[in-house]
Amino acid sequence: MPTVDLAATELRALNQALHELSDGTNESRWEIVNPRGSHAVAVGVNAPVEIDIRGSLGYYCAGMNRRAKITVHGSVGPGVAENMMSGEVVVKGDASQYAGATGQGGLLVIEGNASSRCGISMKGIDIVVRGNIGHMSAFMAQAGHLVVCGNAGDALGDSIYEAKLFVRGSVKSLGADCIEKPMRPEHIEVVAKLLDRAGITDIKAQEFRRYGSARKLYNFNIDHADAYG
Amino acid sequence: MCGIVGLFIKDKALEPQLGKLLAGMLATMCDRGPDSAGFAVYGSDESGSRKITVQSPDPALFSGLDAALGDALGAKLQMTVRDTHAVLRLEAAQADQAKQLLRENYPHLRVMGVGERIEIYKEVGYPTGVAERFGLASMSGSHGIGHTRMATESAVTTMGAHPFSTGSDQCLVHNGSLSNHNNLRRELKHGGMTFETENDTEVAAAYLTAQMDSGLSLGDALQKSLDDLDGFYTFVVGTRDGFGVLRDPIACKPAVLAETDQYVAFGSEYRALVGLPDIDGAKVWEPEPATVYFWGR
Repeated sequence: MPTVDLAATELRALNQALHELSDGTNESRWEIVNPRGSHAVAVGVNAPVEIDIRGSLGYYCAGMNRRAKITVHGSVGPGVAENMMSGEVVVKGDASQYAGATGQGGLLVIEGNASSRCGISMKGIDIVVRGNIGHMSAFMAQAGHLVVCGNAGDALGDSIYEAKLFVRGSVKSLGADCIEKPMRPEHIEVVAKLLDRAGITDIKAQEFRRYGSARKLYNFNIDHADAYG
Repeated sequence: MCGIVGLFIKDKALEPQLGKLLAGMLATMCDRGPDSAGFAVYGSDESGSRKITVQSPDPALFSGLDAALGDALGAKLQMTVRDTHAVLRLEAAQADQAKQLLRENYPHLRVMGVGERIEIYKEVGYPTGVAERFGLASMSGSHGIGHTRMATESAVTTMGAHPFSTGSDQCLVHNGSLSNHNNLRRELKHGGMTFETENDTEVAAAYLTAQMDSGLSLGDALQKSLDDLDGFYTFVVGTRDGFGVLRDPIACKPAVLAETDQYVAFGSEYRALVGLPDIDGAKVWEPEPATVYFWGR
């Protein structure tokens, strides 16, 4: 198992080594120590490997991840797992702004809190947050699921498209065109699966409420034809 | 983009290390603001006296300043020169007269700050170089605030660097940009405030000073600024005995706080905090938007 000490190794060398991994590699488990808040750690990995990062990180950790399972034993700065394609990213601590932004696939789990703009413009990623999320989360969210075990801040789901939001606690306010919708059996099933994948066993899927698009903002409506001029 | 660091010491045993810790924090933020840097350090309490920090483009012009100013005031004053800055120590009662004399007779000198405890140093240049020129690492004190600047709203000059001090023992640093500073500056000028630059941050500092002059606490002044300042900001402010943090409601500009029994620390990024004692055991969190944080002693 390769261990990379970022106090002694250049970030570029680490990321290059991770980019060179291919299917069937024997180096399938990596440990990264002493990140000391570094930016862009383990960005662009495209191999089915497991990477454990011991410590807290700065901007853009695990961005564009494909297939790797990346676990951060600490907190992360802005933009964790930005544009993730597949795989899994787990943050044991908190996440700063725009966690999982534009993510197209895979699972992002934040065991602490996420701050503002969590899941902004998400396009298919699944995000599970054990704690709370900040304001403007899921802004213009297009697809995927955002499951929040705690509370959501102001303007949740503003201008949302078809992403599905599930919040267990309070929602400070809903953004434009975001409404509460009934939890049907298929939604309980989706949340239960995501909680299970996130390793959360003490919270029930039935405790969540669902939010999503009222579909009034972006859908063409013949009665409004004049306004589109 | 700019970088901010701040350290407020709770455990007096750590005070001799303030400068060293702050210099380490500042050095991590060079790439957020490589064009200029500055810092304010709140040193030991010397009751009854005042410190005036002055800046001269040519340090040779400090020669004989202490004697000449002392003669004019009819009293002795002490002067400590650090590169382009000098700190003048004098009786509190003479501070206003000294400021007036400096303004009238020494047009080449710029007053950076006045107070019982504050000393302010700032210059154009790479932040680690600026910190070395002033010997930040050897300074001690109860709290300090540093800034690395990437200018957006006004020119890269010494006076455009942060911190800005517009009231006794007060200072402010800023990451962001204000959009209503011209109008506010006009209003504050009507109220009697004077300005050294076209910089937006100076307006924010003057605004807070004006609010505190009208009787508000720093906390209340910061609260009021949420209604009156328009734009993006993360502010860190220092007063004689306190240290405050405020982010605008949108909170795009990054901020991390850490607290232990020994200190409260602020960094634009977590990188700025990793060299602090027992950081792994600290409570680390991102300050909430539109929420005033304040620590005092």
